Amino acid sequence: MNISETIQELRQRFEAELASVENRDAVEKLRVAYLGKRGEVTQLLAGLKSLSGEEKKEFGQKINLLKRDVEGRIAEHIEAVKKAEEERLILGAEQYDVTLPSLHPHTGSYHPITLVQRELEEIFSSMGFTVEDFKEIVTDYECFEALNIPKHHPARDMQDTYYLDNGQLLKTHTSAAQNSIMRKYGAPLRAIFPGRCFRNESTDASHENTFFQMEGIMIDTDISISNLIYFMKTMLSKVFRQDVEVRLRPGFFPFVEPGFELDISCHICGGKGCSTCHGSGWIELCPCGMIHPSVLRAGGIDPEKYTGFAFGLGLTRLAMMRYGIKDIRDLNSGDLRVLSQFTHE
Amino acid sequence: MLISMNWINDFVDLSGLDVEKIIHQFTLSTAEVEDVYFMGRDIENVVAAKIVSVEKHPNSKKLHLLKVDAGSETVDVVCGAPNVREGMTVALVKEGGSVAGMKIGVATLAGYESHGMCCSEKELGISADHSGLWEIEDDIPLGTQLTDVYGIRDVVFEVDNKSLTNRPDLWGHYGIAREFAALTGRPLKPIEKADLAPFANLAPIDIQIEDTEHCYRYTGLKVRNITRKKSPVDMRIRLFYCGMRAINLLADLTNYLMLEMGQPMHAFDCAKVDCIEVKRFPETFTFQTLDGAERKIDPDTLMICSKGEPVAVAGIMGGLASEIEDDTDSLLLESANFDAVSVRKSSTRLGLRTDASMRYEKTLDPEMTTTAIERFLYLLQSLDGGVQVISSMTDVYVKHYDKITLSFDKPYVDRYTGIEISDEQILKTLRSLGFGAALENGVFTVEVPSWRATKDVTIKADIIEEITRIYGYDNFKITTTMSALQPVLRSRNNTDDRFIKDILVERFGLSEIHSYIWSDAKKCKELHIEVEPNIRVINAMTPDTEVLRRCMAPTLLGSVFDNRAYSPDFGIFEIGRVIEGADEVGLAKERRHLGVALFSRVKSEKELYFELRDVFAALGTALRHRPFEFAVCESAHSWEHPRNTAQISMDGAVLGRMAVAHPAVQQAIDRKAAVVVGELDLDALKALEPAVIHYDEPSRFPGIDVDLSLAVPQGVTFRDLSAAWQEASPLLKGVSLVDEYTALDIHGITLRLTFVSPEKTLERQEVLSEAEAIVAKLEKIGASRR
Repeated sequence: MNISETIQELRQRFEAELASVENRDAVEKLRVAYLGKRGEVTQLLAGLKSLSGEEKKEFGQKINLLKRDVEGRIAEHIEAVKKAEEERLILGAEQYDVTLPSLHPHTGSYHPITLVQRELEEIFSSMGFTVEDFKEIVTDYECFEALNIPKHHPARDMQDTYYLDNGQLLKTHTSAAQNSIMRKYGAPLRAIFPGRCFRNESTDASHENTFFQMEGIMIDTDISISNLIYFMKTMLSKVFRQDVEVRLRPGFFPFVEPGFELDISCHICGGKGCSTCHGSGWIELCPCGMIHPSVLRAGGIDPEKYTGFAFGLGLTRLAMMRYGIKDIRDLNSGDLRVLSQFTHE
Repeated sequence: MLISMNWINDFVDLSGLDVEKIIHQFTLSTAEVEDVYFMGRDIENVVAAKIVSVEKHPNSKKLHLLKVDAGSETVDVVCGAPNVREGMTVALVKEGGSVAGMKIGVATLAGYESHGMCCSEKELGISADHSGLWEIEDDIPLGTQLTDVYGIRDVVFEVDNKSLTNRPDLWGHYGIAREFAALTGRPLKPIEKADLAPFANLAPIDIQIEDTEHCYRYTGLKVRNITRKKSPVDMRIRLFYCGMRAINLLADLTNYLMLEMGQPMHAFDCAKVDCIEVKRFPETFTFQTLDGAERKIDPDTLMICSKGEPVAVAGIMGGLASEIEDDTDSLLLESANFDAVSVRKSSTRLGLRTDASMRYEKTLDPEMTTTAIERFLYLLQSLDGGVQVISSMTDVYVKHYDKITLSFDKPYVDRYTGIEISDEQILKTLRSLGFGAALENGVFTVEVPSWRATKDVTIKADIIEEITRIYGYDNFKITTTMSALQPVLRSRNNTDDRFIKDILVERFGLSEIHSYIWSDAKKCKELHIEVEPNIRVINAMTPDTEVLRRCMAPTLLGSVFDNRAYSPDFGIFEIGRVIEGADEVGLAKERRHLGVALFSRVKSEKELYFELRDVFAALGTALRHRPFEFAVCESAHSWEHPRNTAQISMDGAVLGRMAVAHPAVQQAIDRKAAVVVGELDLDALKALEPAVIHYDEPSRFPGIDVDLSLAVPQGVTFRDLSAAWQEASPLLKGVSLVDEYTALDIHGITLRLTFVSPEKTLERQEVLSEAEAIVAKLEKIGASRR
């Protein structure tokens, strides 16, 4: 058999064997048998050494052609076998039911007050207000005296205060922080201070002895009533996520002068009158006013030089309005049937 | 408080104005109006008519057949009232008219037609009297529409009393009328009153004020020969519309004066009281007030006396013994001013809040006492021409109010309000409210009238309120501030709180709760948790909630207990305050704590405890970029498991504790569940700075892991073992726990040591010798290789 015949025979044998190969291992075996170190094609190439120049050139080309063909055919075949295997994996695969409920459901939840408080902090931070924290047990001075509420003032009757046996009291309003914050920062000053407040009253669906407020103050050389209205309108429009109208009425609070009750246009009916606003189109939302000069003075701020406004928002009330919570007692109940519903908004 | 617009119109002419609009304006500028009532609006065609004949109804015992002369015609009326009488003038609703929301037509009553209806005062809505027909005693032409002669049609509005607490001047119609005058720009009429000068030479009343601290002024007048007993219809209607009941002329007049001027007055029967002492008694005694109640009068309560005998509780209520009776024909009239705090406290102690005390509590204008007497006499004389004044007006004025003059300039107003308002408008507004106001060389000088000076207006910021509320807040142009920009960073407390809540909720699936700052003793007892002594609330609703909490754990465990049926596996947390007793000066030591509690009926106690450990560990790494250290410690609270309580620290500072619930507590919560609880002092954590992140270039060469299985004796902790590999080899990159188990008293753990060189690919052989060195150290600590 001459070389040409050998090549021819090898080619035919390879094709025949290749046709019967079914998996990747067999293909690999075949590759080794032909192209491996001792493979038939490799040996053929090695045999070229013994040939003369002319023959070497002629058969060299032929053998190399064979080698390339074998390599190509094997590559093709590997590809085909891979495809077939993938196909088999796909066809044999289970289709998963992604609608199945999780075995490890996300159960975490925030307290609704936290959600509303975060939102307000976000709004005020963006307007340059610092967020301050204040203690819950305060002195009579902080809660009353420093706020222009002297002893025997009827305003102390309005608030049923929890007094403690060490002479302190549970703060009845977040305003109790005003004095300390003024002393801490001086003027100019923009700050909000959310906090928990306490009033000694019987609880029912709309009364709690423990609730949250958020107070805000802004003090600078030229703060006016006009600025107060602007800020309240801007801020409340963000809180209620719609353009709200605000309306001021005179309101009496010893720590502001003038003092106001602030009403907002009803966010449910837009001011037309509905059951939420008792038909008036307005909802009484928060007390506010220009900080009383005595309060500024007590806080170490010169009332001749600086003016400022203050407002108090009922965080608890806002949370109830936002989520439609009807019974205020649910908020401090720790009842997870209630609280677990407040995942992140 | 109820306000009659008819009455207001006596003092300011509001004709031609939309009444609802101006009442609304009152809400926006003065005080909150809660309700508006339209009185007599449903009364149509009710006329004065005379009963000319009365016949018994043949078919009824109660009914009568009347012929009634209605001026232009005489009509047949069937009437069931018991007081029908020939010659009586009554109110007749004519056919087609209406009353009390009823249209009156021809009705057939027991077979007889009635062409109209005679009505009672109640049916007309002018009193609560339904005992019989209203007998009209005034001489008015028959057929006259009664709504034309009497103030039956009126607009009455109710002001929220709370919004008047700082306005003593608004507790009478005249003060409210002043507001309407300022709001509408119409003039306020002066009060018509009697001239008492002619009586100045009469003998004064003997008035002695012993307690000059609490009685500021006492003005009195004696009058006799009073013959009229019944108040005129309009006065009775006004009293009724304003929530009072007409009694007799003298009582009605004092009430009328109070509603008109805001000045409480008291009329003593002159036969019983003819001199006055104002004093307190050293001993508690019993006194019967007008309402018939026996009341304990203590030494702090100011009394009005006559010849040593108490006759009235000052500023609150008169005594029954000196009450005006129907045959009273002479009286001693009191118009006084008392200390507000004293009246408020006495009224609270007595549990007796009256229209008078409510007003005195507000610090009334002391200048008003004499005017009220002059006005009283004016009204009395106009109703009863024969009355005689038998004393001079005696006025003992011991404590004057402080006269207040304020000055400010226009820039002050501009700065405070942010609106454009003219000098003239400022002056006009203030004058319309009764302030003395002048402008000279750019300075406003304002004199505060007596009715505003007792407490309401004392500083110039108060004047701003007067100017702006009348200007109208709705008319304000609103503008943002011109303030310097400053960076505002979140405080560490704030960022810590956010981070903690996010991690606990989003990563560990816990629920945030809120509880109370006091311990719930009842629940603690139920759960075998001891209430630890602490600062107490002295006026708690129940003794069960009077001790403030020292730790978060009790309230959290209580909440776990309440939720035990909610889910077989849940976790809760709260960021709140605890009080660690009082400091050396007695102030509460308040700390911010994070409390976490986990409950599970599906996980083992050990799994749950380690889950809690991992929760806290994650917080340490997230908040301060380094791990907390955990160390077993002695239990210190009733809810902590004596064997499994640990303290949590960082940089040597103890920050918190965690524990498996004490078996007694766990059993009380749920016999089949594991419960763990822990808390962290966030104030202490706040002091620790976050670590700076230290970057380590990763090696280009592969590392080699060596696993070591060890048997560890009881009492030797992982931390003890860790001494063996601290600083043991520069190639040791990390040690991790692969496995951990306890079986047959043997505690086995498998460690994986990872060796990496920054310079070369390590040979297994050199790594093994490093590992052997570590094993040798481990064996010294007590561990043995398995």
